[in-house]
Amino acid sequence: MNKMYALALGLLLFISCGKDKTNAGEDFSKSSSTETSDPTSYDPNRGEGKYSTVDLGTGLNVAMAAEGEKVAGVKCMSCHKLTDERLVGPGWKGVTERRTPQWLMNFAINPDPMIDKDPELQAQLELCLVRMPNQALTDDDARNILEYMRQNDGVK
Amino acid sequence: MNTKFLKITAALILIVAFLGSCKPKNTSDAVSGDAAQKAYVAPGKYDEFYNFVSGGFSGQISVYGLPSGRLFRVIPVFSVDPEKGWGYSEETKPMLNTSHGFVPWDDLHHTEMSQTNGEIDGRWVFGNANNTPRIARIDLKTFKTAEIIELPNSGGNHSSPFITENTEYVVAGTRFSVPGDYENGDVPINTYKENYKGHISFVKVGKEGEMDIAFQIMTPGVNFDLSHAGKGKSHGWFFFSCYNTEQANTLLEVNASQKDKDFIMAVNWKKAEEYVKAGKGKKQKVRYAHNTWDEHTHTAKSVIKTEVLVLDASELKDICYMIPCPKSPHGCDVDPTGEYIVGSGKLAALIPVFSFDKLQKAIKDKSYEGDYGGIPVLKYESVLHGEVKKPGLGPLHTEFDGKGNAYTTMFVSSEVVKWDIKTLQVLDRVPTYYSVGHLCIPGGDSKKPFGKYLVAYNKITKDRYLPTGPELCHSAQLYDISGDKMQLILDFPTIGEPHYAQAAPADLIRNNGQLKFYKIEDNKHPYVTKGEKDAKVVREGNKVHVYMTSMRSHFAPDNIEGVFLGDEVYFHVTNLEQDWDVPHGFAIKGADNGELLIMPGETTTLKWVPDRVGTFPFYCTDFCSALHQEMQGYIRVSPKGSNIPLHYSLGTNVPATK
Repeated sequence: MNKMYALALGLLLFISCGKDKTNAGEDFSKSSSTETSDPTSYDPNRGEGKYSTVDLGTGLNVAMAAEGEKVAGVKCMSCHKLTDERLVGPGWKGVTERRTPQWLMNFAINPDPMIDKDPELQAQLELCLVRMPNQALTDDDARNILEYMRQNDGVK
Repeated sequence: MNTKFLKITAALILIVAFLGSCKPKNTSDAVSGDAAQKAYVAPGKYDEFYNFVSGGFSGQISVYGLPSGRLFRVIPVFSVDPEKGWGYSEETKPMLNTSHGFVPWDDLHHTEMSQTNGEIDGRWVFGNANNTPRIARIDLKTFKTAEIIELPNSGGNHSSPFITENTEYVVAGTRFSVPGDYENGDVPINTYKENYKGHISFVKVGKEGEMDIAFQIMTPGVNFDLSHAGKGKSHGWFFFSCYNTEQANTLLEVNASQKDKDFIMAVNWKKAEEYVKAGKGKKQKVRYAHNTWDEHTHTAKSVIKTEVLVLDASELKDICYMIPCPKSPHGCDVDPTGEYIVGSGKLAALIPVFSFDKLQKAIKDKSYEGDYGGIPVLKYESVLHGEVKKPGLGPLHTEFDGKGNAYTTMFVSSEVVKWDIKTLQVLDRVPTYYSVGHLCIPGGDSKKPFGKYLVAYNKITKDRYLPTGPELCHSAQLYDISGDKMQLILDFPTIGEPHYAQAAPADLIRNNGQLKFYKIEDNKHPYVTKGEKDAKVVREGNKVHVYMTSMRSHFAPDNIEGVFLGDEVYFHVTNLEQDWDVPHGFAIKGADNGELLIMPGETTTLKWVPDRVGTFPFYCTDFCSALHQEMQGYIRVSPKGSNIPLHYSLGTNVPATK
């Protein structure tokens, strides 16, 4: 009998859970490209996003860095300085040495999931108290900004 | 084991029985046990329908979810709205311009959603200004009023903003006939019959929604009340209810209720188009404002137009026909097939239903009983499909469920009555609390109703809610109409006074390409600041332009000196955020005009005229981050002629100047 109860109870729970799932509205607040993955699979070197590797080529692409400076001027420089001084967010000096290119690209394009998972970003949030906003950067924007960061770090 | 099992089973049965008996004992409150469940939308879940509800004397449109009745947004349309800066920022002020100047408050009665092939398409919702006659178009990607056009030769734009089945036209009809704007209006009021005219406007709607008055039809002076377009077989026709066919100009309550029948005016607008093409219209000198919002400059502009084309219905015999309709008809509704036209004579004890096929035959046979100011009057019986007998008292408006049923509101007897369109039999009735005006079924005036819910909009709530002084909220009441019997499942208060409302499946709108933020790259505002490096303060004579940016959580610049008494300061604030749901606010002490609320990527301007020497703080009014309370700045105002250089900064100090 006990078994039957357990079965019935399980069935009830199952039904109610199932119903809840079917009623769940699509989460409109997240962009469709956001994938929810297991937090334990988070790779702190790569970050989370579409980039696993970034081909940096040989030396600095000056044209890309110049484009990056333009975009950053509109979308980034309200909060970041080129020195190591923190404004709203940390200064950019040395950032390309501290982080992998793919981590920077993933973070620039879609910061929210990484802020939720990356231990270092969470520690940084305790200092800055402002989550880095999604500034709607395109892939090209992010790549150009990366080049601008590299230039700032002395890459020739 | 067995006895334990039995005991528990018995207990369970008892509990179920107890729950089952929880139904309200008093059936007069008309709510049954599962009402809460039907209207419940769990936290974080979406509603099934958007409901666009007119705000009546508030002049705005409110957006609710159905079935929850949750209020999402009040869209400012014809009235200033401090919550959104509508009519306060320099950019939005032109939207409220009219030929009479800036009008800060109007009266919005009806909403109508755009249609394609007679079905709601989720692009726009239109609203009418009843007092200073206008039509507004609201863009449903931004939930913002994109365009407003004024209507000349009109007084009281009530029978509006109803549309044709492909949104070819949005119409307007004058409620108060008046002498045309192109005529001498300085005439004795008691010469109504000679000098007053009705004008109904057909406003063309372009591909991008742009509105333009294509033509007006001049009619004898009456009160036009409501209207609806034909659809399907009756596409090409429009139907306007009219009362005061007595042409009274005083004590209308009595004097406009003399005749047993007034009219529904059937308009063959395709024929009118032919006459326009054939050059039969007369260009008349008038003045009206046409206001448009530019999504790239985030700025409105207002243009005064000076000409309108008028067709005379008494000369051009085959545009308009009068259908006799008992008595002082209000609602004028066309069923989803386009065959049946329902006139709701608000003083009549029955509801007449007219047949489009019979109308066509009667016109062909010239089955006239006379003419009214040069317009043929058809014989009532020759157009009548039939009458709904004893439906209730004070029928006002009718909507449809797409299953052959009509639902009519009864103002005087406070109820909604469901009846069969073909057989005209009353099938069900439910009480409303109290004095219901309009009603709304999602898609209920289109070819494709979604007949699951019905919302009744009540004029009086009296004892239904906690009292709030002399002014009580108006209310909406939601009914489940999926079964044979209508079931009341929810009451919710509304803003202003709800007149007509429309609703559409949520997916139609939320998947229409909703704008989440303005791309800063596309910002073409003449005073945009694209990045802090461009933030600056520029003096032009006594005008000071502040090119300011906002970003979580500071303004650039945030220290400004060298402003003098007598200056006009323009804060052009660009919100550099590029993420959804991150507006910033801007307020400065002593601003007698308002504040700003700036969407991500948008530029908005506040004009500030300092009235005294001193130091004035400004700050962000929309909580934006953990450091929102730090988002502030100062502007120093010195006496006129002082020797303080213009200076602005962020994060650095300069040596103090005395």
